[in-house]
Amino acid sequence: MTPLLEAVDVTTGYGELEIVHRVSIQTEPGEIVTIIGPNGAGKSTLLKAIAGVLPKFSGNVSFDGRDVTKLNAPKMVALGASFVPQTDNVFPSLSIRENLEMGGYQRTSGTSARVAEVLRMFPELERRPGEQASNLSGGQRQALAIGRALMLDPRLLMLDEPTAALSPVMREEIFDRVEEIRDRGVAVLMVEQNAKEALARSDRGYVLVAGERVLEQSGEEMLNNADVGRLFLGLEPAGRGA
Amino acid sequence: MIDFVQLIIIGTIVGSIIGLGAMGLTLSYGVMKFANFAHGDSMALGMFLAFIVVGDLGWAGSDIGRLSFGWGMIPALGLAMIGVALLNISADRTIYRRLRRRGAGIITMAIASLGLAIIVRAVIQIVWGSAPLRYSTGINPALTLPGDLKAKPDQFFIVGLTLVVAFGLYLLLYRTRLGKAMRATSDNPELAEIAGIDTERIRMSTWAVAGALTALAGVMFGIQAQLQFNAGFEFLLPMFAATILGGIGNPWGALTGGLIVGITQETSTEWIDAGLKPGVPFVLLIGILLIRPRGIFGSTV
Amino acid sequence: MDLLVELPPLITFVGGVNWTVGFLTTVGIFAIVALALNLQWGYTGVFNFGIVAFFMVGAYTSALLTLERPGDFENHILGLEWPVPLGWIAGSLAAGVLALLIGLPTLRLRRDFLAIATIGVATILRSAVNSTEGLANRGAGLIGIPRFLDGLVDGADYRWVMLGIVLTMLAFVYVVMAAATASPWGRVLRGIRDNEDTAMAAGKHTTVFRVQSFVLGGMVMGLAGAIFAHRQGAISPTGFSDLFGTFLVWTMLIVGGSGNNRGAVLGALAVGFFWFGTPLIQEDLPDFLGTRVFQLREIAIGVLIIVFLLTRPGGLLEEEPRVSRFVPKPGSGSGAFNTAHEEGGP
Repeated sequence: MTPLLEAVDVTTGYGELEIVHRVSIQTEPGEIVTIIGPNGAGKSTLLKAIAGVLPKFSGNVSFDGRDVTKLNAPKMVALGASFVPQTDNVFPSLSIRENLEMGGYQRTSGTSARVAEVLRMFPELERRPGEQASNLSGGQRQALAIGRALMLDPRLLMLDEPTAALSPVMREEIFDRVEEIRDRGVAVLMVEQNAKEALARSDRGYVLVAGERVLEQSGEEMLNNADVGRLFLGLEPAGRGA
Repeated sequence: MIDFVQLIIIGTIVGSIIGLGAMGLTLSYGVMKFANFAHGDSMALGMFLAFIVVGDLGWAGSDIGRLSFGWGMIPALGLAMIGVALLNISADRTIYRRLRRRGAGIITMAIASLGLAIIVRAVIQIVWGSAPLRYSTGINPALTLPGDLKAKPDQFFIVGLTLVVAFGLYLLLYRTRLGKAMRATSDNPELAEIAGIDTERIRMSTWAVAGALTALAGVMFGIQAQLQFNAGFEFLLPMFAATILGGIGNPWGALTGGLIVGITQETSTEWIDAGLKPGVPFVLLIGILLIRPRGIFGSTV
Repeated sequence: MDLLVELPPLITFVGGVNWTVGFLTTVGIFAIVALALNLQWGYTGVFNFGIVAFFMVGAYTSALLTLERPGDFENHILGLEWPVPLGWIAGSLAAGVLALLIGLPTLRLRRDFLAIATIGVATILRSAVNSTEGLANRGAGLIGIPRFLDGLVDGADYRWVMLGIVLTMLAFVYVVMAAATASPWGRVLRGIRDNEDTAMAAGKHTTVFRVQSFVLGGMVMGLAGAIFAHRQGAISPTGFSDLFGTFLVWTMLIVGGSGNNRGAVLGALAVGFFWFGTPLIQEDLPDFLGTRVFQLREIAIGVLIIVFLLTRPGGLLEEEPRVSRFVPKPGSGSGAFNTAHEEGGP
């Protein structure tokens, strides 16, 4: 079937510096796809370019059959592709409810109903919706950031290292949530540093090294792949730690 | 003692005007992220635009109660607010947005706003001349309050209007979708885009609201003082002091800061020479920068 | 303020020469100030909006120290009849002290906070002088400020001596600035201007360098002010307006090229020629324009600033990049207005 998201030969970077070189990835509807790789590989850069946050130097991206290469973030959001950055991903001076409302900014109606729905998905936020976002813990903030991205019923959710700087318990919770979201029919494309845990939940994975795609396999295959394991997942003592 | 309370009263009036202007300044500072040095001359422009109605055209209208101005002040205010809002929006379209697209920093934008300030001031001087003007020639006699304190009806109006405007601003920022988007853009413009907000539209709206507030402050100033073409630059320091005191991006902070500046400035004449009054906002500014640069209520930049 | 340059009819050769001498003298003083601002902004990214305050402090300090004892009609302090060069040094130091007082609280913060802090200083100083009895003769100002090297020539030819003095001082300041900016200290300044984080990582206490640059620049502005006072012979608070002393110098730097010393001098010449030349053609303009020539001149300055920032932020003489910028944006120019470094943080 036609992939929901298809990026072909995308080259991108910052200013005049090229970081990602002709990378192609896809996401099918209802999949969880994870991009892993060493630090500085360009994973976040690639994701930001796909999301319309960074300009692409060359290549194209299509979403649901449409060419979205030139579209910026608000337009991507309008089409149903939402992005959650790694840091600074909530509005600190706004309340939980207001943060969610901002996620639903493009809605013409039904915002408060949707806010209530999203709050139900995240009970820890539902308890105190008037709390200012700057007062939230790391895990709560991450939940809010994801909740914000769900406000417009996206078909694709793009997450940049959703479990960075979280405790193991919180990481579990976030990955549980990601699976729940996928079960509701939303495709998830994420970049992760905690590769092992992410791949265990993923349908497919890509490995990015020095801005180039070096491997594409199913999540399970990648977990069991000795090379990947040695290099990135820390499964052997000789390998670099994940 | 009575004299001191009288000074506090005057300080409250002055502080309200500073606060009104600072509310506009803090809005634009918080969303655009740069210090708008054309703010003072925009206030002066608002002041003079109102004069077109009540002065140049003579549509003062019949008096409103004991106030020194008539119903003509309403269209005058309308013209002033629309005029300055348009000035801000056109400046953004022609200057600031281009600079933003080039990735220019906040200092470049501030200097550009300075260029704009110079132009506005010169235009005011060309159109209305160098001699001071007044909205009305009559005297506005003060009312005598308990304790032998004096306050003019105009002054009650100014303070009252400031409170109403502050409340209106609260409603805008906390009860409307646009206002919340303005606060969000002030917090984090990139995230606002990611969330799907058209931040350029938000900036446009912010300039319009800030412009309206600025013009309002200018007209309030004009009601209780003379209109002078070069008044603009002198407004800058008290207004920036108020904005930073309260925390950039925080309108209540700006209003509070304005009142602090105004009251401190006027009551200071009890101890220091009146000629040194301009120094008071400066000292307050340095003080807050030394103690708490983020302002009393915290800032968003 | 326009009395700096006399406006004789240019119909005589002598008139023309005299005007040019006066013009070059004035521009020379401005060029000194522009060099100082260039050190602060062009090399260090310190955003000083109160130039005329330092200028004024230098002028008044030198005047007060070198004047005769105040008699019955003059109401001011000091009047110690110091030799003029000492007055200049004192004026320079006084301006440096002012820079220190303003800079210490503000230079560790956002760059635009210094700008905000400096906008009011000149107003306060003018106000203080105007209202303080016995300080500097209030609004009437100080007169009879002694000339330097007065005895060398007859009265009318003194203008040439003054020109010589100013050009000598300009050359001196230029050499000092060139040496300072080429030195390791100057390289640190540029590093701070361009990429604060890298400079800090390299172990430099960036605030200290900023303060040094600000104070040194302030001192040079004070020196220029002192020279100005002795050239004028008489000063008063109204002669030190923000438009004239601060905005005009900024325009000179933006037009000429910030981040390089030659640009500063060129800007002073170009903008100075425009500023002081336009009143000369006042008579030749149609009436409608002629009566408003001063405001039109101001509008032109504002437009000049904006146009240059939009199209050629590096100025006429752009600074050459000395190291490759890591993240240069194409077409952003070079030097102090390079976008790669500008941000709100300290």
